[in-house]
Amino acid sequence: MPTPPAGGAAQPGPRRSPHEKTPADADEATTGSPADSTGAEDTSDATPTPNDEGETTSTERTNGERTGNGRTDNGRTNGGRAGNRRTHSGRTSGRRIAVRRRVTGSNPWLAALFLLPALVLLGALVVYPIVYSLRRSFYNAADKKFVGLDNFQEMFTDDAIQQAVTNNVIWIVVAPLLATALGLIFAVLTERIRWGTAFKLVIFMPMAISMLAAGIIFRLVYEQDPDRGVANAMWVSVHDTFVEPAPFERANPGRQSPLTESGDGTISDPRTLRAGSPVRIPLVGIPRDQIGGAQHAAAADPQDGKVTGTVWRDFTRGGKGTPNQIDAGEEGLADIEVRAVKGNKVVASAKTRGDGTFTLSGAADGATLRLPGSNFDAPYNGADWLGPTLVTPAIIGSYIWMWAGFAMVLIAAGLAGLPRELLEAARVDGANEWQVFRRVTVPLLGPVLGVVLVTLMINVLKIFDLVYIIAPGASQDEANVLALQLYKSSFGTDVNQGVGSAIAVFLLLLVLPLMYVNIRRIRRERRR
Amino acid sequence: MTSTETVVRAKQSLATRIAARAGGVGMRIFLVVIALFWLTPTAGLLLSSLRDPAEADLSGWWQVFSHPSQLTVDGYDQLLNNEVVTDSLFTTVLITVPATALVVLIGALAGYAFACMDFPGRDWWFLLVVGLLVVPVQVALIPVSKLFGEIGIFQTTTGVILFHTAFGLPFAVFLLHNFFSEIPRELLEAARLDGAGELRLFFRVVLPLAGPAIASLAIFQFLWVWNDMLVALIFADSGDPPITVALQQQARQFSNNIDVLGPGAFVSMIIPLAVFFAFQKQFVSGVMAGAVK
Repeated sequence: MPTPPAGGAAQPGPRRSPHEKTPADADEATTGSPADSTGAEDTSDATPTPNDEGETTSTERTNGERTGNGRTDNGRTNGGRAGNRRTHSGRTSGRRIAVRRRVTGSNPWLAALFLLPALVLLGALVVYPIVYSLRRSFYNAADKKFVGLDNFQEMFTDDAIQQAVTNNVIWIVVAPLLATALGLIFAVLTERIRWGTAFKLVIFMPMAISMLAAGIIFRLVYEQDPDRGVANAMWVSVHDTFVEPAPFERANPGRQSPLTESGDGTISDPRTLRAGSPVRIPLVGIPRDQIGGAQHAAAADPQDGKVTGTVWRDFTRGGKGTPNQIDAGEEGLADIEVRAVKGNKVVASAKTRGDGTFTLSGAADGATLRLPGSNFDAPYNGADWLGPTLVTPAIIGSYIWMWAGFAMVLIAAGLAGLPRELLEAARVDGANEWQVFRRVTVPLLGPVLGVVLVTLMINVLKIFDLVYIIAPGASQDEANVLALQLYKSSFGTDVNQGVGSAIAVFLLLLVLPLMYVNIRRIRRERRR
Repeated sequence: MTSTETVVRAKQSLATRIAARAGGVGMRIFLVVIALFWLTPTAGLLLSSLRDPAEADLSGWWQVFSHPSQLTVDGYDQLLNNEVVTDSLFTTVLITVPATALVVLIGALAGYAFACMDFPGRDWWFLLVVGLLVVPVQVALIPVSKLFGEIGIFQTTTGVILFHTAFGLPFAVFLLHNFFSEIPRELLEAARLDGAGELRLFFRVVLPLAGPAIASLAIFQFLWVWNDMLVALIFADSGDPPITVALQQQARQFSNNIDVLGPGAFVSMIIPLAVFFAFQKQFVSGVMAGAVK
């Protein structure tokens, strides 16, 4: 059995398991009946038959066509008059390729008529623009003066455009690789699962919606407020599982307190601690709803050889309480970390109990008391997804959400076409699943993975809508990509269509190598 | 093989079997989690669009699970009474349908010529057309806006249709050519010998046979044009824009008002999603055959 052809993805897999016949399944995806014979034809082409004198290998055939269009191998039509059709029993003794060539319609004028609409449209709206952009990129903003390579120079020195180039590099490296890797994982994992088709449908669905809709969807996902944006809601709950949230975020010493508060929120007591004489740490500024259900504060008992004290909310409603005194009904602050510090060294630490009391070891004698700022930090509010640093990764995330399904479907089709015997042979030889995957499946899928990567790269180069919609005005500069910059330079506020054309030419140059790869693949597929 | 070896093998295989079973369960759970993860963003927008805007401003869409009374279709009601939106949906249809039909027709004619007719330089022309597959739309924005400006169709629906047709053609020619060249030659030959002209052959024999390929192409092009924003942003009449541009204008104006954007985005998604679910097979085959756009 031959290895699948380079465009293997598009070929129907020779093997079909019964449950794979459902829609959206890659295996079923090839277009209807005539195309279904492709696989079989490829098989026979892989081994040229000896009696194929004229066109032994496909390479030769293509070369032949390249050099002489009027060339008349015995198999080919000699162009021209319609009456020149030959019958099947001609010199060529039933060679399939030859037959196909010979009986085709062969009136060049008629062919031109069929091609005319397509060629006119392509010429005017695709080819001519390329030529125009090339010329235009050498002229200034007003299109009056030839400026040589100035526009390109500006492109590579202008800060905004440089940011766009940098981001495009990140995009083109990260996005296709991640999408392909995810697609590969999904395709392999779902291969033998009965509901694999449903799973694929879910992953593939975003392909059908517009980038605009995806952008609106992800603007909501990335909303900063954890009460509204689901990304931060998840992230904050994960974060708070590992990092305990601060107990009392806005507590402070108040005005008449002996305590002092430093810039990072640390509250310190300048008095020296003495074993056996309890200290009182009064705090204010704690809203009622934060302390609901707390125990009443208790004065700490003096203990020999230990430092004790109380941290409490020094506030009685109606202003009746005495400052710095534990009045009846005032609440103790639980779970506050208390440290005894000598010089700059922490010599003892403890957490307050439910009634606000704490006990420090004797080492605290002679030290001063400090309540670290972490007790009073504002609650963690999640990542700033659309802020300057995370905006590009965040948008790449939304792109992968859209396109991993594409990779998955193509890879699943390739997977369905893999020769089972090879995989089974590896398993029989004692390879575990990972080894089979790493050493057999992935290398065999190589061509398909290549097609997926190239396709995604071409796609990523042109990315525009997602960035335009998701990036908020404030961080749109940080999220800039070439296609967006081209739009801005050409139709935005600071228009310079010279630079816009230079960016267009640059984009075109970037896709040229990929175009070459594509054409080579298509040519290889055409050789039959 | 000695008996000890057999025992060891049996034990191993039992252990591997248990491990495989456990791994299988873990993998299934993993896949379910991934699927939920993938659905969450869309579900979020759907539920947000169905909530009371006042509530949506304050809390996350997941609150509807505990407060189902927040659900309302007011947003959709307002949207469908909003002429800007209904008009723009109509404009989208007015652009999408002709752009799809033209691509199919013109692409099929060219694909037929490349696959079933013989003329000098045929393969080179074909490669040239297919090579244009990867040309970024962006390259054409400036030149075509000038060109359309000169012939007076800049910012008209006609211009948008022509642009989409031109950029859909390479894929159409590629896909249909591949399909046409699989049609048995004997069939065409027989028809020609019977005196059928090429046009007749094309309309009566080849096109009917190419149903599946044309369906794939049409769906692909339909979704492509329906979902486009960039081309419409530049070439469509900004006073009478298609839905994507209309929504984009709203997005600029009310940056965070999900009560305007949510229902709008969903309405714009309904047709593509319906097409996708109804014609998954054809859509997937289009994606696979192209793997380019």
